[in-house]
Amino acid sequence: MTAKIAIQGLEVVFDRFRALKGVDLDVREGESYGLVGESGSGKSTLLRAITGLAPAASGTITVNGKPLGKTRDKAFYREVQMVFQDPYGSLHPRQTVDRLLQEPLAIHGIADGEKRIERALDEVGLGKGFRFRYAHQLSGGQRQRVAIARALILEPSILLLDEPTSALDASVQAEVLNLLEEVRRRRKLTFLMVSHDLAIITHMCERLMVMQNGEAVETLTASQLIGHRVSEDYTRNLLRASEGFLRTA
Amino acid sequence: MNDTLLEVDDLRVTFPTRTGLVQAVRGVSFSLGRERLGIVGESGSGKSQTGRAIMGLTPPQAEVSAKKLAFDGIDLLSISPRQRRSLRGNRIAMILQDPKYSLDPVMTIGRQIIETLRTHEKVCKAEARERALAMLQAVQIRDPARVFDLYPHEVSGGMGQRAMIAMMLVTGPELMIADEPTSALDVTVQLDVLKILDKLVAERGMGLIFISHDLRLVSSFCDRVVVMYAGKVVEQIKASELRDAQHPYTRGLLNCMPRIGFERHPLPVLDRKPEWAA
Repeated sequence: MTAKIAIQGLEVVFDRFRALKGVDLDVREGESYGLVGESGSGKSTLLRAITGLAPAASGTITVNGKPLGKTRDKAFYREVQMVFQDPYGSLHPRQTVDRLLQEPLAIHGIADGEKRIERALDEVGLGKGFRFRYAHQLSGGQRQRVAIARALILEPSILLLDEPTSALDASVQAEVLNLLEEVRRRRKLTFLMVSHDLAIITHMCERLMVMQNGEAVETLTASQLIGHRVSEDYTRNLLRASEGFLRTA
Repeated sequence: MNDTLLEVDDLRVTFPTRTGLVQAVRGVSFSLGRERLGIVGESGSGKSQTGRAIMGLTPPQAEVSAKKLAFDGIDLLSISPRQRRSLRGNRIAMILQDPKYSLDPVMTIGRQIIETLRTHEKVCKAEARERALAMLQAVQIRDPARVFDLYPHEVSGGMGQRAMIAMMLVTGPELMIADEPTSALDVTVQLDVLKILDKLVAERGMGLIFISHDLRLVSSFCDRVVVMYAGKVVEQIKASELRDAQHPYTRGLLNCMPRIGFERHPLPVLDRKPEWAA
């Protein structure tokens, strides 16, 4: 198996705070990999370090066999795209959906924009009628669909998902998760997905890493987690917490 | 003592907008004793506006009407703002979602608790301080004296929410409205905070209205659940009988969340029927 994303000893330091303390990660081609942890565990920072949004202090990141340096070239962003948590904050409020989707095409000098925009909107289940709307004219779920369309329009092979549904209602969350699974199947994408919700991660991912305080706690397969075959207390706590409130008599 | 603490009959909250009147709450009725009642719904279902109307925190441009909105026999809609103020924070208290925004950033936690207490009760400074410290202890803050002098930005989300609970409970309210009290917190911290809330509510025999979007959490915490959709109550059910819920919306909401150990691909989605909102 080839590693799509390989990370060794990654450290991210903000001033004197070590957000990531030497993390190793291996994501295989076509795999869906989950990162779980509480706020401050460094799971989002890991995604941001891959895209170059957070500075790596040391360690190596290899994507598609190519080690990444300090800066990322355009070709990298055609391979790797990201969907952010808050669809209210990640879409430009004064640009129409059409304009939003044209931006990545213009940056990369892609000619058949017209066709791609239509296809991307179609793929995320938004009709042509949404093309000339503004973000504020869309619901939260529709906005997240636009964000996914924007990520897909460059036809990347890796999608980084940072809590893509945590700002959405439960019923809308189900729709977006289904959509993500469908595009992954159709386009054979590799997912690296961050969530604080163990149930979502086991639903979406084959393997996962539990993180705490900038370190990996343990790596599990989804079936190990479902069977409660975990070795760390921290993971066990998370599992118990995800089952809801239990009143002790 | 009277068994029903709160009676809500045909509560409506109407907002004027540029495009006409919008009813956020459209005829909600329920009654509450000394029990834990959950109000569940998605964004825009009117669950928070219901809580705010009971508390008397509806924005001034909106209009609240009801056949009956009574707390312990007091008609909340006909009393003066002054009387309402004396109830609010004293006999009816509210916990809000995010301690980052709902605590005063330029006041220490201790001063905020004391302020609440001294607004409603005549106590001397020394006694107020003592009671605030005792309250911080009750919400399981390990070093109350230290936290007392901290500003909200110096504590974690879980700690902030505990301070908020302490502030709300210090006057010994009879009715507590908790609007998404744990949504901004991490899952493990969430359970700690709920445990504290559960214990205090049980010990003091308060009525609790727990407003949340998380049906599963609410059903594990409350005795009874009111499910809201588009400003209306679609179903009232005992939490223990939630599995036998009748309304398709309740069932859909329960069904559409991924669960550990139940593989379903794709997830069932809600098929919204216009008649639910009718």
